[in-house]
Amino acid sequence: MAGIWIFTEQRGGELKKVSFELLTVGRTLADRVGEELVALLVGRGVEKLVPELATYGADRIFLADNENLEDFLTEPYTSVICDAVKVNDPSVLLFSATTMGRDLSPRVAARLGTGLATDCTGLDINDAGLLSIKRPMFAGKLFANVVFHNAKPQIASVRPNVIPTQENPRAGEVVKLEVGIDPSRVRTKLMEMKKDTGARVDLTEAKIIVSGGRGMKGPENFPILEDLATALGSEATIGASRSAVDAGWRPQSDQVGQTGKTVTPDLYIACGISGAVQHLAGMSSSKYIVAINRDPDAPIFQKADYGIVGDLFKIVPLITEELKKMVS
Amino acid sequence: MNSIVCIKQVPDTESIIKINAEGTGIVEEGIKYTANPYDEYAVEEGLRLREKFGDGKVTVITLGPKRVEETMRYYFAMGVDEGILIQDDEPGKRDPLSVAQCLAEVIKGMDYDVILCGKQAIDDDSAQVGAMLAEFLDIPQATVVSKFDVADNKKSAVAHKEIEGGEEIIEIQLPAVVTAQKGLNEPRLTSLLGIKRAVSKPIETREMNVPEAKMKITSLERPPERPPGRILKGEDEDVVQELIHLLKNEAKVIG
Repeated sequence: MAGIWIFTEQRGGELKKVSFELLTVGRTLADRVGEELVALLVGRGVEKLVPELATYGADRIFLADNENLEDFLTEPYTSVICDAVKVNDPSVLLFSATTMGRDLSPRVAARLGTGLATDCTGLDINDAGLLSIKRPMFAGKLFANVVFHNAKPQIASVRPNVIPTQENPRAGEVVKLEVGIDPSRVRTKLMEMKKDTGARVDLTEAKIIVSGGRGMKGPENFPILEDLATALGSEATIGASRSAVDAGWRPQSDQVGQTGKTVTPDLYIACGISGAVQHLAGMSSSKYIVAINRDPDAPIFQKADYGIVGDLFKIVPLITEELKKMVS
Repeated sequence: MNSIVCIKQVPDTESIIKINAEGTGIVEEGIKYTANPYDEYAVEEGLRLREKFGDGKVTVITLGPKRVEETMRYYFAMGVDEGILIQDDEPGKRDPLSVAQCLAEVIKGMDYDVILCGKQAIDDDSAQVGAMLAEFLDIPQATVVSKFDVADNKKSAVAHKEIEGGEEIIEIQLPAVVTAQKGLNEPRLTSLLGIKRAVSKPIETREMNVPEAKMKITSLERPPERPPGRILKGEDEDVVQELIHLLKNEAKVIG
């Protein structure tokens, strides 16, 4: 038996976009090695998601649908995945490098006694027919090319927003998995799921990020960034540098950079951010970077596609105004 | 309350990282090694639990060469009681799986209520060892934790886990592995007295056969250089017009 397997991530019955990214790359890998692409779908009442998985290239969908799988919990999800792997012996198993995938994949790899490469940005098949991976290290200062040795399945988690999605409809035959969960083996319980109060998309999923640093001078000035994000549409959100977070101007969840989040939006607008190496680590793989800063020597300008040396308190509202004119 | 904290010594973020002659590792010479920032939150949490319950000890454990003792002494100065060093002179050859196997082997025989780790090390950025260790020890895990409250009977805890667009709050049975996110606490500074005491705290050195790595680096490379950017010049109004034009027509990232 063989197969390229994708753990498709859903929360609350909704598939994450990264699942389609994984299926897209998985389809390419499967065609290269001549194996089938299998989507692993785990949850409760999630069978309705099958057609979407087939649209993005799944030959078969292994469905684990059970009342004990409604909430994501590491232990039951690990058991379901590992049981299916042991029976079917896939050659590759991919996760998303999201909080769920990063929690789950090492536990799965350890149970299966196999290797795992985290946060991959490139996946290919080498001449030996094995997975060959590119992944960042040292906060993106280097990239490592990685292969597995005596490891089956080869497990990797893939960074979101790196692979463009492509539809590639397949049969998507459903195979229902037997789910046997021993409650005494589930030693965590979800008590509460808190959503951020802001109406904006999460940093790691945003297409556009408007980010503020020390140059914002205080929390009272962030509304100008909020206004800009609003003018940029529903896929834009707000980020912050470490100094803005440590000063208490913005919550920890807004922080971009080494001790915050790694983001890969289409557009990153850095306002009053000097561009410390720790910050660059979290955002330098953004597709386009705009920097607005008073200091012409700020390191951020070396990473920026478009730089404006000037007063952000004048520039940012002007951009917002112009964008609003475009819409009306 | 006994805590075991898994730590790693990593190159300082400001260090210049050079690829070695074989192309599969980094040049160690000239690198300033330091504590992994996320481990500091893990160590601080262990110290706070010891203080809250008024009993037990905090043990740090790591795999690495002799130089790692310096980082251990730093944690001793914060208040950690003792250290275990699994001697390994070829840390560049390890993968997270083999490290987790070694740690599990040593920790199996120890008495602990919680195992704390940083959510990831800032050198290889793998973020794997914590969850792998939990599996090998057959205990539950809570990863990327920003708040951790242990029940009075030490049998369970409530952990706040950061997720995309929000937070999961879970109840977890102890013992467990908890990986620390920034925001979990504010690590204390070392005191002069702490530094003095650190000198005499014990480090137990272990030798082990490290299992072969399943994941191997075949080559390292620098990220592709970004093409040089453009500084837009002129009056504010003109610059803004130009920027919007570029974002729309050249970058095609706005509508």
